[in-house]
Amino acid sequence: MISAKDVSKRYGAVQALQDVSLDLHPGEVVALVGDNGAGKSTLVKVIAGVIGPDSGGVAIDGEPAHIGDPHDAQRLGISTVYQDLALCENLDVVANLFLGSELRKRSVLSHIRMERSARDLLTSLDVRIRDIRVPVAMLSGGQRQSVAIARALIGEPRLVILDEPTAALGVEQTAQVLDLIRRLRERGLAVLLISHNLADVRAVSDRVVVLRLGRNAGEFRTADATQESIVAAITGAAA
Amino acid sequence: MNAATVTRKPYTPKEAVERLRHGDLGAWPVVGALIAIAVVFGSLNEHFLSPENLTNLALQMAATGTISLGIIMVLLLGEIDLSAGSVSGLCAVVMAILSVRQGWNPILAIVVALAAGALVGLLHGIMFTRLRMPSFVVTLAGLIGWQGLLLYLLGEGGIVNLPFDGFVAKLSDTWLPPWLAWLIVAMLVLVSGGSSLINRRLRLAAELPVPPAWWTAVKIGGLTLVLAGAVLVMSADRGVPLLLVIFGTLVVAFDLVLRHTAFGRWMYAVGGNVEAARRAGISVTRIRVLAFVLSSTLAAFGGILSASRLSAVNQGSGGSDILLMAIAAAVIGGTSLFGGRGRTYAALLGILVIQSITNGMYLLSVDSSVRYMVTAAVLALAVAIDSLARRGSTP
Ligand SMILES: Nc1ncnc2c1ncn2[C@@H]1O[C@H](COP(=O)(O)OP(=O)(O)O)[C@@H](O)[C@H]1O
Ligand SMILES: [Mg+2]
Repeated sequence: MISAKDVSKRYGAVQALQDVSLDLHPGEVVALVGDNGAGKSTLVKVIAGVIGPDSGGVAIDGEPAHIGDPHDAQRLGISTVYQDLALCENLDVVANLFLGSELRKRSVLSHIRMERSARDLLTSLDVRIRDIRVPVAMLSGGQRQSVAIARALIGEPRLVILDEPTAALGVEQTAQVLDLIRRLRERGLAVLLISHNLADVRAVSDRVVVLRLGRNAGEFRTADATQESIVAAITGAAA
Repeated sequence: MNAATVTRKPYTPKEAVERLRHGDLGAWPVVGALIAIAVVFGSLNEHFLSPENLTNLALQMAATGTISLGIIMVLLLGEIDLSAGSVSGLCAVVMAILSVRQGWNPILAIVVALAAGALVGLLHGIMFTRLRMPSFVVTLAGLIGWQGLLLYLLGEGGIVNLPFDGFVAKLSDTWLPPWLAWLIVAMLVLVSGGSSLINRRLRLAAELPVPPAWWTAVKIGGLTLVLAGAVLVMSADRGVPLLLVIFGTLVVAFDLVLRHTAFGRWMYAVGGNVEAARRAGISVTRIRVLAFVLSSTLAAFGGILSASRLSAVNQGSGGSDILLMAIAAAVIGGTSLFGGRGRTYAALLGILVIQSITNGMYLLSVDSSVRYMVTAAVLALAVAIDSLARRGSTP
């Protein structure tokens, strides 16, 4: 289990996070929701090692973990897919999946081994791409998002964080990506999903965590929660 | 598993059009241009397609082509090197002064000149990455500054002649005997054919798709024809010039490095999306500095080859239209000015196009004023195609 414990972070006059806690279990999709400025991205950045908290921190299986930079987070099995896809449009799918962690023998790239594992990974996630050797620029938005998510799995992480993965997608492609998120859960990964779209959240998550003005503002089991109660927690209206 | 599942299916017409729209034209525009050039100049002047002239062409290509190869290294990152011409002249002067005026061993003088080129590139790279100056300003300053240093080093005399029978001058007056040329052709065909076959076996063993066998055969056959044709033509004259072999070796070696090493992959990644490369843990700064070092070192080597052809260095070394030709060659060959797209063969194909146009116009005694305008027009056309292709590829 990976958890954030009593995390606080202040930006000048703005208290972006105040004693926020969050538990992430293997095989569970947790949706992090909240209004603009609620502190969702800040919390993700703390967990992913992009920024350091003023107090509090991340614990892994109960032990406090030192996360000084994104590499520490990656080493500890925390993988993040950012909102703006971090893909190189000019490179093919295989090259993007392994970017920065290319398989090689001495200094020579092992093209065949990489393509074989890329295919296996994409097949296991049921991501359909006709030719994985064409530049990513030629894929659809949904396929690209799928590649970005698949890329997060290369280091065999325990937790995958997805920041607004469906924000820029149409209906059909959103469905593709939600399917992919379900498959991450089936693999036993912990998934933290940030989304504005409550329909997506209800479709795919097991638990909903609400942030409001930088504080925990409610937690629901998705199956039991009504849309109204979640919205009320987000806006702060009495339920 | 049947054959159909492992053969990569050919593209449907719709997908082919889609690829074209994305600027994935491959080498075909260049091949078309070369045929057009051969037809036009060949019919205007019967000497143009003669073995003697084609051999001259091969000899003329090497120096500017090598500079162009260096420029490709920075173009791949989406940057530009405007100093390559001046750096080539400067390093040629360094080599000439050391070997002639100081009486150094010519090979040692060449090594020191190349090191000077690398140092210049290192300086450019540091100014670009640490001081965050735009590459075009850094290298524009270099264009003027290094030419200034060249003039300063040459001093009063303004010219250094290289001995005609010296090592450096001999470089461009060495011709391969036919048996050696044919041996090289045979080796190239065997190695590329053999590696295609091995690669095919390994891919099939890993149950990965392979191109149809006939396509691989056509490619190897095409390579054989082109190489054999070139050797036949040049052997009818003085033979294959050593300079062409040196240039060709550089092109092939850098192609292998770019395609088969992590360093090469990272060059394309930085050129495609700097932020993505950085997040993937790639040291963007190191890649950028290395690209500038490679560019200036190759420029230095091109300058030395140029000095070898002229058997001298003077105040005009590396000047005039050399820089424009080198950039034009890279772009005509299919390297994108916007970064992330292009191969080293662009230097070979592009310089072939631009040098044959120049050569043809010389034969027709076209005035240099017209020559400059035609070269500029060809460059503008290539850049226009590149820009259109980029518009097609950004969603
Ligand atoms: N780098 C920053 N500098 C100053 N203020 C920031 C910075 N990042 C976030 N904030 C502030 O912190 C608060 C929470 O922001 P954020 O975590 O981005 O919210 P969310 O992602 O939920 O919309 C906002 O008020 C925002 O303005
Ligand atoms: Mg946000």
